[in-house]
Amino acid sequence: MQNAILAAFLGGVACATIGVFIVLMGISFIGVCLSHAAFAGAILGVLLGFNPLLGAFLFSLGTAAIIGPLASRGELNLDTSIGVLFSLMLGLAFIFMGLMSGPKTEMLGLLWGSILTVTRTDLILLGIVASAVVALVVLFYKEIQAVIFNREIALAVGIPASLILYGILFLTGSTITVSLSPIGGLLIFSLIINPAAAAYQLTYSLKKMFLLSAIFGIVSGWIGLLASYLFNVPSGAAIIVASSLIFGLAALFSPKRKIKRWRVKDEPSRVL
Amino acid sequence: MINQRETNNTIVKIENAIVSYREDVALRDVSLEVKRGEFVGIIGPNGAGKTTLLTLINGLGKLLEGRVWVLGNSINRGSVNGVRKRIGYVSQLQNIDPRMPINVHEVVMVGRYGKLGLFRRPNKRDHDIVDRTLELVGMSHLAKRPIGHLSGGEQQRVAIARALTQEPEIFLLDEPTASLDWRAQLELLELIKIIHEYQNLTTLFVTHDLNALPDICDRVVLMKNGKIWHQGKPEEVLKTDILSQLYDAPILIQEHEGKRVFIKAS
Repeated sequence: MQNAILAAFLGGVACATIGVFIVLMGISFIGVCLSHAAFAGAILGVLLGFNPLLGAFLFSLGTAAIIGPLASRGELNLDTSIGVLFSLMLGLAFIFMGLMSGPKTEMLGLLWGSILTVTRTDLILLGIVASAVVALVVLFYKEIQAVIFNREIALAVGIPASLILYGILFLTGSTITVSLSPIGGLLIFSLIINPAAAAYQLTYSLKKMFLLSAIFGIVSGWIGLLASYLFNVPSGAAIIVASSLIFGLAALFSPKRKIKRWRVKDEPSRVL
Repeated sequence: MINQRETNNTIVKIENAIVSYREDVALRDVSLEVKRGEFVGIIGPNGAGKTTLLTLINGLGKLLEGRVWVLGNSINRGSVNGVRKRIGYVSQLQNIDPRMPINVHEVVMVGRYGKLGLFRRPNKRDHDIVDRTLELVGMSHLAKRPIGHLSGGEQQRVAIARALTQEPEIFLLDEPTASLDWRAQLELLELIKIIHEYQNLTTLFVTHDLNALPDICDRVVLMKNGKIWHQGKPEEVLKTDILSQLYDAPILIQEHEGKRVFIKAS
């Protein structure tokens, strides 16, 4: 249980932080795409007898490396290319699985993760990636801020915008890969999007958004674990529900929505 | 090597540039020289290659053939970040998400980031420059507002402030007044004029809208079908017959309080 609490903390920080990039750049689909790439890579690893983690890394970073140039050249709609790669990865994963003999439950487990039986290696890797994500965001905060705001403007003022974008994609790929086994391919998506989307509802400051998102990520993990312990429900699913609830509350009490309502109410009185 | 080509105070020199995007040729053998301190207006119909010409100068465009020198540096594919830091670029109004968590002060500070380089944070001097520039464009009172909450005219003023905090030597304006209302257009043009004069800039101003062409242009470049079709002093080229040919549509010119007003004749 102690390990699970630590894994939820580290995974929450890493996923929720990269979630801020993904939500602000409007590329939410990249989460599912890269997690399925990692999934396919891991299965190929098992199939060919090398470390599944290595396969997962190669596949998700490779996919991120294809998306990067597509995004920066703008030759293809980013969403379309992510969609094509996502379906390809899903297809590959099931082909690799079909080629495998013996029970496949362990592989399917990667989709749901096993946070309660997280290994020491998983924790160490998760710790390394979470620290790297936080350190790089602090170190390159101003460049990241500029690229998130507008890539063309970032380029025009002399910021190496493509390099920063590739860095962001690389971090996303790494985070997803190390989260695959403890957190699970499907759960990662909600842990990336929900906390950041919730934070987005609540603040106009990017710094606060990073901070709130990380807090929401950790809290969703912990509430989910607690609920799974108390009500004997699957931990992964409980974490998804917890993070969605936090998003729901944030959207409900969002000051950004209040302004809209005020305007609507305000209009008729002025007309009269 | 450096400054070898910058003779006679030439700050931008484009030689026989050819730019192509897939099957379309955007620029066909274009050559242009701009002298320090000049205000050059670039006009022409949509798709004439005006924007492409600007992007050659800040290295965002890909040159297929020909050569470009800017501020004494040859602009090739790849590392032009150094030159870009000395060029302010304002494009037309961008669509900004009103919930974007970045305020006006932060957006203007982005202009300093290139100069600062990696690993360095803005210091008091950078903040002072941002504050002063916001004052210059009349946006100080909105410094803490989220950028997405501003009107189009206000956002363009902020974009100009961002370009100015780069302390640029060249100022590239790509349809900055497009999609602004008339009053915002007039105010923005006035601001651009003041900035050009007081900051000793070399300005290139692109527009398809003849009435948005600032009256302080030293030279007007007329582009059509990826070529420089004509160029000269405003009084020489802004004539009914030339413009009507340029736009393939009858255009009338009327004088109003000493200013030229262009009318699309039907």
